[in-house]
Amino acid sequence: MSYVELSFWDLALAALLLIANGVVSVWFRLGLERTLAVSALRMVIQLSIVALALKFIFTLDAPIWTILFGLFMTAAAAFEVVSRQERRIMGPLALALGAGAPFFAGLLATMFAAIAVIGPEPWYAPRYVLPIFGMMLGNALSGTTLVLDAMTSGVVRERPAIEARLALGAGRYEALDAILRRALTTGLMPILTAMAATGVVSLPGMMTGQILAGIDPVSAAKYQVMIMFLIAGSTGIAVVGAGLGSVLLLTDERHRLRLDRLAKA
Amino acid sequence: MLRVEHLRIGALPPLSFAVADGECLAIEGPSGSGKTRILRAIADLDPVEGQLFLDGTERREMPATEWRRLARYAAAEPGWWADTPRGTLPAAAAVQPRIVRLLAAVGLDEDVLDRPVSLLSTGERQRIALVRALVDEPRVLLLDEPTGALDIGSTALVEELIRFQLLAGRSVLIASHDTALIGRLAHARLQLAPSARTPKTARMPPP
Repeated sequence: MSYVELSFWDLALAALLLIANGVVSVWFRLGLERTLAVSALRMVIQLSIVALALKFIFTLDAPIWTILFGLFMTAAAAFEVVSRQERRIMGPLALALGAGAPFFAGLLATMFAAIAVIGPEPWYAPRYVLPIFGMMLGNALSGTTLVLDAMTSGVVRERPAIEARLALGAGRYEALDAILRRALTTGLMPILTAMAATGVVSLPGMMTGQILAGIDPVSAAKYQVMIMFLIAGSTGIAVVGAGLGSVLLLTDERHRLRLDRLAKA
Repeated sequence: MLRVEHLRIGALPPLSFAVADGECLAIEGPSGSGKTRILRAIADLDPVEGQLFLDGTERREMPATEWRRLARYAAAEPGWWADTPRGTLPAAAAVQPRIVRLLAAVGLDEDVLDRPVSLLSTGERQRIALVRALVDEPRVLLLDEPTGALDIGSTALVEELIRFQLLAGRSVLIASHDTALIGRLAHARLQLAPSARTPKTARMPPP
């Protein structure tokens, strides 16, 4: 099997397809030409920088750079969690929860994969650790965002019911029980759907990439299965962490519902 | 005996008062004057400064869940977390006869518990919520507009039920616009000014 290296001219040729989007935008007066150009340019620049950074880190093969890059990814993830919330919980603890839940879940799953499942030499080999950590982080991040969003909108919508339960002597976990369970389901739904639909509806990006790079489809599928299990695990950990953490942040030690801690809509 | 000391709510001056067992305190004032906030604060549902004592025990000396079992707040618009009222009532067999008795006292049949909450009238919901608040026999009742959605007949039944709670030695705090009801039930009044600045308390002869 062979692998066809892409030249820059090939990429320029592929970029011609964006003209179709441009035509649609002009034709229907959507006014998206500018956004389209900026988005495409951002993608090219971001991927170039990441590719160069990864190349640099791979040649260094030093754990400190792997860790630094992982922390950089986490910081970017934290920014995403905050900016994607409709009504976020205010304060440094909420930020720590939004970044911490995906980070620890991703770290746990990545360490598990690197040490127990794949076992590269050395175990911190950035070629394995960083892409896997990125995938874990990204998925755990979506789960965390969904859970936090479901929790904050849930407590605002169900405030009378929650406070009725509190007034009748229920504790905070009991009073938020229904909302927490619904939020956890929401957070886990994407990965469950993804596992059920993988291979039938969509061929996962990672597997496609490996096949294009000349790997045997069966080997590629094996890697994909492992990744899906890891994603399911890390998303589960992040979702539960974010759910339980947000119950603590949305209530206080006197079992009161604290909607005053939410940013104004 | 419920004792409130230096309770600070919004722009109101610090409130201090006591409500003895079997006594009813009415909280009067226009909308937005702080009636609901006072009741919620006594139920420890909002973080406020001040001390609250129930038979000499300060609220912070016991878990909040325990405090709210003793000082029971019933909101003007009750909340529901199950499809039918039965899902929001204790399921223990021992309390079922008491639930049925309380329902009868406010003019409702037991089968109302299995109808979807969304199909019940506002008045039915409010009366079921009152029953729900009374089932585990709290010491202090904090009733926010308990008759706000009721017709004359139901109001009379609820008034009787409240009077019975007073006879049983419970303290009752009522926030209500219904001056006639307050006139018949209350031993004392707390009047909140429209601007939420200067409350006046007046002692009345017992009804």
